[in-house]
Amino acid sequence: MDRVRDLASKKAAVIFTKSSCCMCYSIKTLFYELGASPAIHELDHDPSGRDMEWALRGLGCDPSVPAVFIGGRFVGSAKDVISLHVDGSLKQMLMDAKAIWF
Amino acid sequence: MGGRTARTGVKDEKKAAKGMWSFDSQFQVTNTLADAVFNSAKASGQAVSPDCNHIGTLDKTPTSFAINRSATQVESRLPLEKVQQTNLVSISSGYTENWGESNMADASPKTDISTDADTDEKSQRSDRGKLNAVVASDSSDRSKGSLDQKTLRRLAQNREAARKSRLRKKAYVQQLESSRLKLTQLEQELQRARQQGIFISSAGDQSHAMGGNGAMAFDVEYARWLEEQNRLINELRTGVNSHAGDAELRIIVDSVLVHYDEIFRLKSNAAKADVFHLLSGMWKTPAERCFLWLGGFRSSELLKLLVSQLEPLTEQQLVGISNLQQSSQQAEDALSQGMEALQQSLSETLSTGSLGSSGSSGNVANYMGQMAMAMGKLGTLEGFIRQADNLRQQTLQQMHRILTTRQSARALLAIHDYFSRLRALSSLWLARPRE
Repeated sequence: MDRVRDLASKKAAVIFTKSSCCMCYSIKTLFYELGASPAIHELDHDPSGRDMEWALRGLGCDPSVPAVFIGGRFVGSAKDVISLHVDGSLKQMLMDAKAIWF
Repeated sequence: MGGRTARTGVKDEKKAAKGMWSFDSQFQVTNTLADAVFNSAKASGQAVSPDCNHIGTLDKTPTSFAINRSATQVESRLPLEKVQQTNLVSISSGYTENWGESNMADASPKTDISTDADTDEKSQRSDRGKLNAVVASDSSDRSKGSLDQKTLRRLAQNREAARKSRLRKKAYVQQLESSRLKLTQLEQELQRARQQGIFISSAGDQSHAMGGNGAMAFDVEYARWLEEQNRLINELRTGVNSHAGDAELRIIVDSVLVHYDEIFRLKSNAAKADVFHLLSGMWKTPAERCFLWLGGFRSSELLKLLVSQLEPLTEQQLVGISNLQQSSQQAEDALSQGMEALQQSLSETLSTGSLGSSGSSGNVANYMGQMAMAMGKLGTLEGFIRQADNLRQQTLQQMHRILTTRQSARALLAIHDYFSRLRALSSLWLARPRE
């Protein structure tokens, strides 16, 4: 959990993924489309990946990846991100966290 | 059938013959009766030529009358049990007819039968039976009982009729056989189609949902959902046209939106059972399938269609709708790209390792490993469908938030009408005349 929090606070937009996960690919694409450059952490290539996954599940993230953090705060999984994007909240959050400027 | 009666008739005649003569061999009959006829003819002082041909040409001459009379005399002379006039006359007539036949260019009835396709005994008997039956009535009609041309012609016609009847029967049986074959094929096709989950409704059976098969169950649920949707939309249309109050309209609009939630819930369940059925769009009509994106409609396209119909919109509303259009477009692109990545990943999984140089056991392990990985990837399809539906659902909700109640009502009507027209187009297309 500490590692997760630690990594999440390092950048305005942080996404935890797995290299084989295609939904993670979609969410990454969406962020790039919005002009953000999020920090990507692949759990399957991290030594403490399993612990991190367990921690993310503990936060209520199901499936565990993609797990999105904006401004150090846990936003949610793909479903949450899409919902927030549709009602315009995602863009606002990114702007507030200075991940994007317009 | 004529055959049956003939056989029965023959049996009776056999009984009657009591071993005196056998009907199987017409010549035996001929010989026996010939003697009887000659004897009686001689007795009555008639000059009868032993020549068969001569008798055949007789035409209402006293001699022919004599022959018939002789036949009758034969009957009374020979000890026969239960011989009916008809039967004996049949025998004699058949016999004389035989002689008559030999006169004609085309030989005897036996030969005639053999020229037919069916040369079995059954047809012979049927033939004979018919002849006997007709000739019997013939002879019983005419007291004179002649071997004239009319009779011969009638006999020929009977033979022809019998032959045609046999051919018709054959054709009918062949038709039955091919129909039976086709029925079996159709039944098999139906079975296969049912297994693939294509919804085939039987009359008045729509309430019966097959729980075991996810695709069919969903199709049934979807059909029911459409019915309810039509009902709600009609209610909404009435409300809009009658200029109902906002409060009243809002209730109906909310119920329509809740009903949309319902289809997304049904689709979510169906995705667990059979994701490929949803992806295939087979649960939708053909024209709708044209526009299929990840198992449903494209929200961004729908909004483009609506903007023109929803005017006038306030500045704020225009901005809101425009942003919504852009957001849904971006989300659609992101999901599409994820799907492409999935396809690529799946292809790579299935194509690597085919050139492995390790032993056969290694190859098998490779193969199984590949399959396991591919299975995992296929499993993520469900997630994509779910997010696509999530996008559709969120777009509808956001649209409702931006618009006023009345505008929402009109938007929902416009959406429904659009899809209705697509479905109607599909029906027209399917019913179009083809060469």
